[in-house]
Amino acid sequence: MKKTIAILALLSSLALVQAQDLSIALYPDLDSHLENVIGEFEQQHGVDVEIRVLQHGDHHNALVTQLATGSGAADVVAIDVGFIARFVAEGGLTDLSQEPFNAGRYQDLFAPYAWLQGSTTDGRIVAMPTDLGPGVMYYRRDRFEEVGADVDDVIESWDSYIEFGEQVTRDTDGDGQNDVFLIADAGDVARAIMRSGLGEGEGVFFDADGEVLVDSDRFHRAFEVAKRIRDAGLDAQIGAWTNEWYEAFQQGTVATQMSGAWLLGHLQNWMAPETAGLWGASHLPNGIYGFWGGSFYGIPDQSENKELAWELIQYLTTNPEVQLAAFERIGAFPAVTSTYDDPMFQEPLAFLDGQPARELFAEIARNIEGVATHPSDMIATEIVDSALTSVLNGESSIDEALAEAQRLIARRVR
Amino acid sequence: MATRTRERVGPGLSRSDLGMRWHRMQRRYAPYIFISPFFILFAIFGVFPTLFSIYLSFQQWNPIQGLGAMEFVGFENYTWLFGDPWFWKSMWNTLWLAVVSGLPQHLIAIPLAFALVMGVGRLRHLLTAAYFLPFITSTVAVAIVFQTILGTQFGILNQAVGVLADWPLTAWIFSGMRESLPIDWLGRAEYIKPSISILVIWKYFGFNVVLYTAGLSTIPREYYQAAAVDGANLLQRYWFITLPLLRPMIFFAVTLTIIGNLQMFDEPFVLTNLAGNRTGGPDEAGLTVAMYLYRTGFEWVDMGTAAAMSWVLFLVIGVATFLHFRFLGRRSLERREG
Repeated sequence: MKKTIAILALLSSLALVQAQDLSIALYPDLDSHLENVIGEFEQQHGVDVEIRVLQHGDHHNALVTQLATGSGAADVVAIDVGFIARFVAEGGLTDLSQEPFNAGRYQDLFAPYAWLQGSTTDGRIVAMPTDLGPGVMYYRRDRFEEVGADVDDVIESWDSYIEFGEQVTRDTDGDGQNDVFLIADAGDVARAIMRSGLGEGEGVFFDADGEVLVDSDRFHRAFEVAKRIRDAGLDAQIGAWTNEWYEAFQQGTVATQMSGAWLLGHLQNWMAPETAGLWGASHLPNGIYGFWGGSFYGIPDQSENKELAWELIQYLTTNPEVQLAAFERIGAFPAVTSTYDDPMFQEPLAFLDGQPARELFAEIARNIEGVATHPSDMIATEIVDSALTSVLNGESSIDEALAEAQRLIARRVR
Repeated sequence: MATRTRERVGPGLSRSDLGMRWHRMQRRYAPYIFISPFFILFAIFGVFPTLFSIYLSFQQWNPIQGLGAMEFVGFENYTWLFGDPWFWKSMWNTLWLAVVSGLPQHLIAIPLAFALVMGVGRLRHLLTAAYFLPFITSTVAVAIVFQTILGTQFGILNQAVGVLADWPLTAWIFSGMRESLPIDWLGRAEYIKPSISILVIWKYFGFNVVLYTAGLSTIPREYYQAAAVDGANLLQRYWFITLPLLRPMIFFAVTLTIIGNLQMFDEPFVLTNLAGNRTGGPDEAGLTVAMYLYRTGFEWVDMGTAAAMSWVLFLVIGVATFLHFRFLGRRSLERREG
């Protein structure tokens, strides 16, 4: 009897050791993709991979704590682009450009801008891109037809975009209030402009020497265009990810929405499935390229299984089939540009009235310019956002707001 | 008897000696051992974090770089904080919200509790439970519902105001608001704090109703009967019997509100986050100190400043509670004893 118990105990402890080969921590929807493809990896390497899932915000906060205390982090961690600067510049993740990883050899596989986001200016590579958010403009075909507008003319410049806005924004049911608008939030326009047309080596908010760029022409221009739209009453003043926002998409209250390509998946799956066929996708206005979102994988310094972790990252990020599987299952747009030749990219999309929009997404992904990141990007984003809201609401002038934002950000970076 | 036993065991320490010692030791230390789990846990999860956060508030520390990255900076975090416009804004917001969402809770709850105890008989428990319900409902769920109520284009509140403005009976009050419709309750700086206050009042006044009904049931009925015989009407009975005798309970309930409101976090956090902004809405109008320190510490990874902020907040709560005790508490407690 004692013997059996001893053997059982031994076996179960062996099983435990076996189960802890490798761990990966991520947030939804990446987990459903991983569940889908991890089996093959496990078979190839004869290992068991533990998948830890937390909600988006919790995941990143937990990661901060784990890096702070030097324990508890998974061997592979997913990082959203909004948080990447924090981890890239501040450390805590393994430099993948070194032996035995030599990640540098993969650089040409990826969309250049995403590669840049995962590396530092001094040549370290701390995270590998896995999916991208090429910036596009989704628009309602029916709203365009009603006023006889053509999308190519509309996106030619910001002037033509605003001109279209003046036609399309109107009261359709005669109750004295406008019920169709150009865009949900004029701030989106400013956010798109401020992220485009950057100088060589510049980040969005900081230059290569860490000087704050917020009180510059680029931001003034961005704020002015957005302010014109708000003052003309062309935006519905609805914040993103609110019930109002979903409602606006369902009812066709807004004619255009700038976003990452991934918004398509949300629209057709849950936000406004009954509007299928009414939508189209185009470039952003005025010929600009931008990105919204994206995910990366990195290896925490504390991992004791870095080689196997690196195998898993290579499998997830450089393997075209796995990348395409993610695209198919969760709409994560591939970071590996060679996948764009897959026939899947020419398929017409029923939700967009048969438009083969993936080609457009791919073209945009290839052409987004690289942007240097800075550890304080996240704070700067919020301070500038706050300045933008106060300008749009007419609480302060553009000059005042940007000067104040410049000062606040400079104060933060001490 | 005892000496004989000792002889039998042999030289050196006898068994009964050992037994005695063990017994004495047990008597002396056993209680401490039995209560030690609490103190051990309290030391780990209560004392240590508190002391550590004092230590942290004098360091500059980005937690991502690990424990080794701490750097002593003296009072720099505090001086930085006192020059930070957002910190003062968040402090003002916190105090504003504490008063505006705190006071009405009690102004509603005391008369309501009085009415419940005096008037409604059997319905009392059912109604108390109904008022208490928001208190035990998840803040996140509540905030999502309020977000729907406060929405701009499709919000129930705006629709209601629109109807009331057009309806002849109420037009004289509400027609003035017709102009400003649709009101962007969560998107305009001037409406954010009132919106948060409405939620907080609605959520917590029921808790105070429960406290006050408990307090009221300790006041002997004879007082009311005697007052009635003397010809006091209901209002006089409320004013001269209920309020004075309820003072200790009012002191207790208001203290809870002061501490809770100055630490306000979830309500503004969820309500303003859902509106698509992460710093408390436009002009940071809904940013409380607790929110600001959370974001500074865990999202902007500046633990030292966050720790300093938490200590400043602690001092403010301490001073507010002290003043409250000084001016309302002591007198009411003394009178009760006397």
